[in-house]
Amino acid sequence: MIVLSINGREERLDVDPEMPLLWVIRDVVGLSGTKYGCGEALCGACTVHLDGEAVRACVTPLRRAAGREVTTIEGLSKDGDHPLQRAWVELGVPQCGYCQSGQIMSAAALLSKKPRPSNAEIDQSLAGNLCRCGTYTRIRAAVRKAAGIKEG
Amino acid sequence: MSTLLVPRRSFLVALGLGTTALALGVSTAEAQPKATPDNWERPTVAQLPEDGGFTPNAFVHVALDGLVTIVCARSEMGQGVRSSLPALIGAELGDDPARVVIVQADGDTAYGNQDTDGSSSVRGDAYDGLRRLGAAARVMLVAAAAHRWSVPATSCEARDHAVVHAASKRRADFRDLVADAARLPLPNLPSVALRPARELRRVGRSLPQLDAPAVVAGRAIYGADVRLPGMLTAVIARPPVVGGSVATVDSKRALTVPGVAHVIELPQPKTPFAFQPLGGVAVVADTTWAAMRGRAALDVTWVAGSNGSYESTEYRGQLLTAVRAEGKRVRNVGNVDAALAGAWKRVVAEYTVPHLAHVPMEPPVSVARVDANGCELWSSTQSPEEVREQVATALKLDPKRVRVHVTLLGGAFGRKAKPDYDVEAALVSKAVGSPVRVQWTRTDDIQNGYFHTTSAQRLEAGLDASGKVVGWLHRTAFPSISSTFATGVTHASDGELGQGVLDLPLAIPNVRAENGEATAHVRIGWLRSVCNIHHAFAVGSFMDELAHARGRDPKDNLLDLLGVARIVGAEELGVKKVPNYGAPLDRYPIDVARYRRCVERVTELARWSSRTAEGRSLGLAVHHSFLTYVAVVASVVRDSLGKVLVDEAWVVADAGTVINPDRVTAMMEGAVVFGTSLALHGAITMRAGAVVQTNFHDYRVARMPEAPRAIRVELIESDAPPGGAGEPGVPPVAPAIANAVFALTGTRARDLPMAQYRLV
Repeated sequence: MIVLSINGREERLDVDPEMPLLWVIRDVVGLSGTKYGCGEALCGACTVHLDGEAVRACVTPLRRAAGREVTTIEGLSKDGDHPLQRAWVELGVPQCGYCQSGQIMSAAALLSKKPRPSNAEIDQSLAGNLCRCGTYTRIRAAVRKAAGIKEG
Repeated sequence: MSTLLVPRRSFLVALGLGTTALALGVSTAEAQPKATPDNWERPTVAQLPEDGGFTPNAFVHVALDGLVTIVCARSEMGQGVRSSLPALIGAELGDDPARVVIVQADGDTAYGNQDTDGSSSVRGDAYDGLRRLGAAARVMLVAAAAHRWSVPATSCEARDHAVVHAASKRRADFRDLVADAARLPLPNLPSVALRPARELRRVGRSLPQLDAPAVVAGRAIYGADVRLPGMLTAVIARPPVVGGSVATVDSKRALTVPGVAHVIELPQPKTPFAFQPLGGVAVVADTTWAAMRGRAALDVTWVAGSNGSYESTEYRGQLLTAVRAEGKRVRNVGNVDAALAGAWKRVVAEYTVPHLAHVPMEPPVSVARVDANGCELWSSTQSPEEVREQVATALKLDPKRVRVHVTLLGGAFGRKAKPDYDVEAALVSKAVGSPVRVQWTRTDDIQNGYFHTTSAQRLEAGLDASGKVVGWLHRTAFPSISSTFATGVTHASDGELGQGVLDLPLAIPNVRAENGEATAHVRIGWLRSVCNIHHAFAVGSFMDELAHARGRDPKDNLLDLLGVARIVGAEELGVKKVPNYGAPLDRYPIDVARYRRCVERVTELARWSSRTAEGRSLGLAVHHSFLTYVAVVASVVRDSLGKVLVDEAWVVADAGTVINPDRVTAMMEGAVVFGTSLALHGAITMRAGAVVQTNFHDYRVARMPEAPRAIRVELIESDAPPGGAGEPGVPPVAPAIANAVFALTGTRARDLPMAQYRLV
């Protein structure tokens, strides 16, 4: 039995401790906002927060999350109104949208440490999150907007 | 209670509609309305409600309370169809968007062509066709109001969810007209009158993204997110070589993995492979992870089959041999041989592009439930009707007993128009007697897909002593997409050659194009912009090479070779027929003025002359595809490590009439990144018939730091009929980058990807 918190709710799971957190979240707990994209920490679609740090859930075994606090995209804000989520909608960032929960979770971890990141810090923090639709310029703009950085 | 006193015949004649009521089929029996409007959040059928009101066609329902339901029959994969198509229908109807519910169509012939492919959702006949769907409802509501007020229908207008008669200042909400309108015969759809374009008020203004709030909250439902009671997950070991088969399989170890319930051998496909699954062995388990572990524990060996000797790198040499000899003539004007023989200077260049994979962020995934009633699927698909046909064939079912629900697509790029993975889900569900989700891993996606073809091209031009280009010979050789659907295919189709070879305007007196022989050894499929990828790369690069050979500015050279503003037809091009993406040339002519305008404007926007004078390394290319014209300027610099970086890009697109400029702009931005990926990194290689690459570390796509930091897009204002939007941005990107790289480094990257030149 592994006990952890997911989005503030205690989960007691009788699951193989080696199962990647991604599949625990999706297949066992039933939250589908965290996405599978590569299974090898190469694309960032599965990004969640583990005690506030961005991690790739596809390579994080459940045992590593035992007793810790997991936040998924569903738990980032109560009503989808985190400044990043609002900026994403206002700037029309998503195309297909599949990678965007991972992008937002990576950006949220960045802003929690660096409330006003530089362009280089944004690029560096999001370099692990692929977007095949190619929304990168809008992602950058939305992170800056959420951070209250004026364009110019 | 209001009733209609006028006999219907005269009523409709007065409207100028005639009496041939009815038109486009109403939804067929098995696709009858069931769901409530909020069903997008749930994996359930989305059809028109059955709560009274009226349904002028399969796409529109007006309820008794005035609530309008509009069906989106195309698949949403980021291009914004779920916003733009209903907005166009609604604008023609005269709706208040706050009182419209949008539902996603199942796969059903009632909706006509649902294949979301070829940038075709709006272009061509689709635009007016969509408008007619809304117009049919509008005509009925206006007729009901006009009758009630005893005024001519032509004096009434539908807007903001009401019919208004301006002269008498009367206004009736749709809600108050529905019951009367419901008694009217349905207007004849093909001849229903459309509004003047200026009345389509929301068309041409950016629309809110319907699904964005759900996407950013993690609530949007993609194919991978569908969960049914009792559903199992299957991961499949497929033959590494196309046409290969299982030699031996031992499932003992796999079945000991906790959670694994079944191991199923799948049927072997027959040639041509078309949309059949590749065969192999499915491991079915209670969770995705158990299925993946089960597959890893499977002891399986393979027979490679006849494609087992395919070496894509050597094959490139064969394609080059093909284009060094004369091929099948597909375009001819004047006498190229004489022009080249008599030329003062000849310029020759060969270009190659390797196989590419789509790699949508959501790998292929489909959920099927086969039971005594038939088969029901929830699929991340571009083509639900094709899913239905293929599943019906594989399960030997009447297609009416196959229902296909379309989820959001986590990217597609052409991959999800090939329903082999849906057929897998149906076969496995039938075999195990439970609902089954087939989940492709990223490695499956990269190794077992339908690949963009591999190509070689040779271009040769002759200059006279004054530097004028007098002859142009273009040879192209690549395995055809047709080879996936028929045996014995050795040449490209007209449609493939119509993507940048047959339809290229050239102000050159002697022009010939030839197609060399090429046989496929993998499944060749279409990928975003298809053959325009390689043709635009070669032509756009060669144009730049000619500029340097002629000592002219690349922009001036490009405009010179396109020639003066004119409409170019089959005769000038020297072809029997211009495929033109299936669109009539009179409505969608090949217009050199539009090429020129894009080139002029993009170079203005990029400050081409002053930036090049300042020493910036810029590259320019223009291409016409899917009825849209796009010019791109790319800027490249060396980063701190000395590697080439595309730092900025400018795009000017003339897509004719645009419904939703923000999404078309987004498509162009995305196209720049897609084109950057294939230019710098994209290469799938096959050794002994099997794909070498396995994941994003060796099949690279551009990451944020490699993507241009600024992409400026401008759409040409136009009232020309709409062109495509999803694909046409891609083709000019790679040549623009290659030309900029030449300006920066002096290296002419004629073989993609540029990574092999150690530039990036």
